[in-house]
Amino acid sequence: MTDGQKPKILKVSALCQLCHARKAVMKRPKNSQKLCKECFYNVFETEIHNTITNAHLFAPGDKVAIGASGGKDSTVLASILKTLNERYNYGLELVLLSIDEGIKGYRDDSLATVKRNQVQYKMPLEIISYKDLYDWTMDEIVSCAGIRSSCTYCGVLRRQALDRGAAKLGINHVVTGHNADDMAETVLMNLLRGDVARLEKSCTILTQSSGSPIKRSKPFKYTYQKEIVLYAHYKKLDYFSTECTYAPEAFRGTARELLKSLEAVRPSCIMDIIYSGEHLVLAPKKKKVTTQYKNKKKIMEHQDDQSQEVEINADGSVVLKAKKKEELKDGNTCEKCGYLSSNKICKACMLLAGLEMNRPKVNIDNNVAVDGAAKLTKTLEQLSF
Amino acid sequence: MAIKIKVEFLGGLDIISSSVREHKCSVPLEEGEATMKDLIEYVTKNIITDPKDIPVFIEDDTVRPGILVLINDTDWELEGMEDYVLESGDVFTFTSTLHGG
Repeated sequence: MTDGQKPKILKVSALCQLCHARKAVMKRPKNSQKLCKECFYNVFETEIHNTITNAHLFAPGDKVAIGASGGKDSTVLASILKTLNERYNYGLELVLLSIDEGIKGYRDDSLATVKRNQVQYKMPLEIISYKDLYDWTMDEIVSCAGIRSSCTYCGVLRRQALDRGAAKLGINHVVTGHNADDMAETVLMNLLRGDVARLEKSCTILTQSSGSPIKRSKPFKYTYQKEIVLYAHYKKLDYFSTECTYAPEAFRGTARELLKSLEAVRPSCIMDIIYSGEHLVLAPKKKKVTTQYKNKKKIMEHQDDQSQEVEINADGSVVLKAKKKEELKDGNTCEKCGYLSSNKICKACMLLAGLEMNRPKVNIDNNVAVDGAAKLTKTLEQLSF
Repeated sequence: MAIKIKVEFLGGLDIISSSVREHKCSVPLEEGEATMKDLIEYVTKNIITDPKDIPVFIEDDTVRPGILVLINDTDWELEGMEDYVLESGDVFTFTSTLHGG
């Protein structure tokens, strides 16, 4: 015990369970193992390396964009990928890709962090802004459409912005910092919503819409949030931590709290939920065929052949026979913007078209409500008389 | 004899203490007797600016799940959690893990 710092006598139970030499500083939520700093770094990095190699995420020479928000997850992701790329010779070319949603008092500050990371990790940085891409900032969208649906808009627009950013850089693989807690949260949410179609897909580490050139992967799929925060803390990584100024998705927030309470009782439950999610496979839908149904179908088919009429709604729009096989297929492109879409018009264009109708015709000078609407609301909230 | 300690709020948790991240405190309790439980009570009464924010920090009389607690940079789960006995010079770090990444 010649530690020098504190001449304290350590109990054997306080030692690291791997090296049995240094004092344990953390307890792994995954398996309750007590580890010292050095062993924790080692285990943490090796596990992520194993996740990457087991899933064959990368090939030598790949150009990979790291979706970087400046928050803890993406900052640790950038740091880890740089470390592993050098240690195990992945042969990757890493680029930071950030999205500027245009949220005053939130995104401008977090982008400053990403810019520092760019220097710290010596990686190129590309920033794609909603304003350039869609001619709307989130602040403008919220002042137009209200704060309630902010996450819906932001989520749809960000997904497309990341893809477009990657395409611009000639990159076909985007990695994101989604961690085990996020995955478990999503499984839980889909379960609670009865969204079985999403439930089955929610745990895949590598996703790609058919026809899309951009792959997405989550190297932190099995990494606990607690360990990410500890890693960032011990390594003194420079990250940004402020909640988005707009209201978080209420349902996700509740699912998160539920998960955190469950984790406090049984820390392995996050891993267990992911395991369940991975192994849930939907039973193929059985078609119930009754004689009555068969007869009906025959009559229907007969009618279908004869009537090629198009149904027209009261507002003049045409009813689309949605379940025809040619439509609703992955790999189509949006008629408006040319982006990949399963429908005629992609979701982003649909949302934007709705917004465009409500855009204020005249812009009032010094309209603070548009610029930094959230910041203003926050300031007003804090005022007391 | 008061116990001189340091309390830190990281990971965005400083919103509960008017954006002040570091607090040097003299806890007016007897060293050797006062525990983490007493410190949590001290923090809620003396450091949290707005009583409305107490539920951000406390749930069921202990630190809310999702807030990482370190005592001298060691996970408090290894230090006996609420039963840890305070010592002068200790550093207590509370980090929110709930913020987006």
